[in-house]
Amino acid sequence: MLHRRHLLTAAPASLVLTGCDALTRNPTAKAIVESGEQATYRWQRLVGRDGLAREFAASDISPVFKVNGTHEPTNPEWQALSTGGFADWRLKVTGLVGRELALTLPQLRALPQRTQITRHDCVEGWSAIGQWTGPQLAHVLKAAGLRDGARYIVFLCADDYGGEASKGGLQSSSRYYESIDLVDAFHPQTILAHSLNNQPLSTGNGAPLRLRVERQLGYKQAKYLMQIVVADSLAPFGGGKGGYWPDRGYEWYAGT
Amino acid sequence: MARRVLRHRLMVRLTHWTNALAIIILLMTGLNIFGAHPRLYWGNAGSVDQRERVWLETGASPPWRNPNGWIEIAGTRFDTTGVIGVSRTPTGGINFVAFPHWATLPAMRDLATARTWHFFAAWVLILNGLAWLLHGFISGRLWREILPSRRQLAPAHLWHDIVEHAKLNFPKGEAALSYEVLQRLAYAGVALVLIPIVILTGLAMSPGMDAAWPFLDQLWGGRQSARSAHFLAMSGIAGFLVLHLVLVVLSGPIRQIGAMITGRMTIAGDK
Repeated sequence: MLHRRHLLTAAPASLVLTGCDALTRNPTAKAIVESGEQATYRWQRLVGRDGLAREFAASDISPVFKVNGTHEPTNPEWQALSTGGFADWRLKVTGLVGRELALTLPQLRALPQRTQITRHDCVEGWSAIGQWTGPQLAHVLKAAGLRDGARYIVFLCADDYGGEASKGGLQSSSRYYESIDLVDAFHPQTILAHSLNNQPLSTGNGAPLRLRVERQLGYKQAKYLMQIVVADSLAPFGGGKGGYWPDRGYEWYAGT
Repeated sequence: MARRVLRHRLMVRLTHWTNALAIIILLMTGLNIFGAHPRLYWGNAGSVDQRERVWLETGASPPWRNPNGWIEIAGTRFDTTGVIGVSRTPTGGINFVAFPHWATLPAMRDLATARTWHFFAAWVLILNGLAWLLHGFISGRLWREILPSRRQLAPAHLWHDIVEHAKLNFPKGEAALSYEVLQRLAYAGVALVLIPIVILTGLAMSPGMDAAWPFLDQLWGGRQSARSAHFLAMSGIAGFLVLHLVLVVLSGPIRQIGAMITGRMTIAGDK
């Protein structure tokens, strides 16, 4: 039961705290605290540029790999591809590349494969361990060839995501996307995973292909990949912050 | 004759208030972050599918028109309606959230903003803590003022200080210019044990830092254990904060807070 007594004790404290709360919406205060992300990004690149995420034993694999975010894309294009067993699906590689690519799943599976058992850390706080298999992103990027000015690798997905409750309301819906820098793009553990625990990706876990960028949080592991764009700026994509969640206030560099 | 003396040097005052601000922001944003997944586990991983690894959880149960809030620790459930699990929003609505709006920053559920503030305050905590530590080493204050001396740790002396604290007999005159043993143990415990633990466990939750320094999460038996230890160390710091404020109030708040702001304190003495 809720008691009036609780509300009375809470009232004076909340008067003081309303001031703090207003500060979190002040643009200058916002700019100052957001500088922490740059500090974290530079620090992690300084001390761990080439560090490898821990790889676990098969016995550590989580019984169920939790599905989060989109459970099944609703857009007709992805639905039709899924119905066709992704035979007509192509991963497009465009932007600042020497030659554009459109890769089929068998072509991706024909590239040298990497299998890794890693821990997936959700921004919410939970972790799950899974075994991922797929080609290194570096192989695909080398095949396409990066042109001068390339700074970011942007991942465009098939799912329209939205409706999650946050900040006192529902998040607006838009096409999911993510992006990483070239250090993470060419990191040996950054792969385009087509399999989880030796099975083709389930619908919930991002069929037919998802990104694994193991030194960052779960929301960077973009599912339902359709296109990779090599870019010199993040401004043209979505809200300009480099990802669906970064556009909604989360850090673009999600190493913490 | 009473006289004014320098009690706290500028460096001590600056680091004290910077630390106080950082800790309060970290505590309140941390409680908001906890609300995004109000469950603690032991081990490397833990999620909804691994109930057996949960040791602490908060939640709500019916009747939904007037729900009950609870916290469950090691299988024992405590009713915490109104504070933990279920509380009221500022406008009186029912809020299904781990910690109430007056304890969190921002007041409403907002993981993105809470994280941004948390990590900024964490940088402040770390840099300020390093400055404090460096100053303590160079000035010798760490040994003179913070770490208890061998004489102070003698059981008879320790017991004497416990009795004096229980009677609320606080040091006066010259004795007020230096910390007694319980105070030193509390300050050393927070500054040299709990804050380092909370920083190391915080870093251990970062996938980027775990890749850079693989010992970080293994030190605690995995990332989810580190998250649990982070919460426990935070609870210790929050407990210290309450005790610290109560003792400041009991031992003369104007004199004590004044000394931490201006650096000066009036003491009774013959000289």
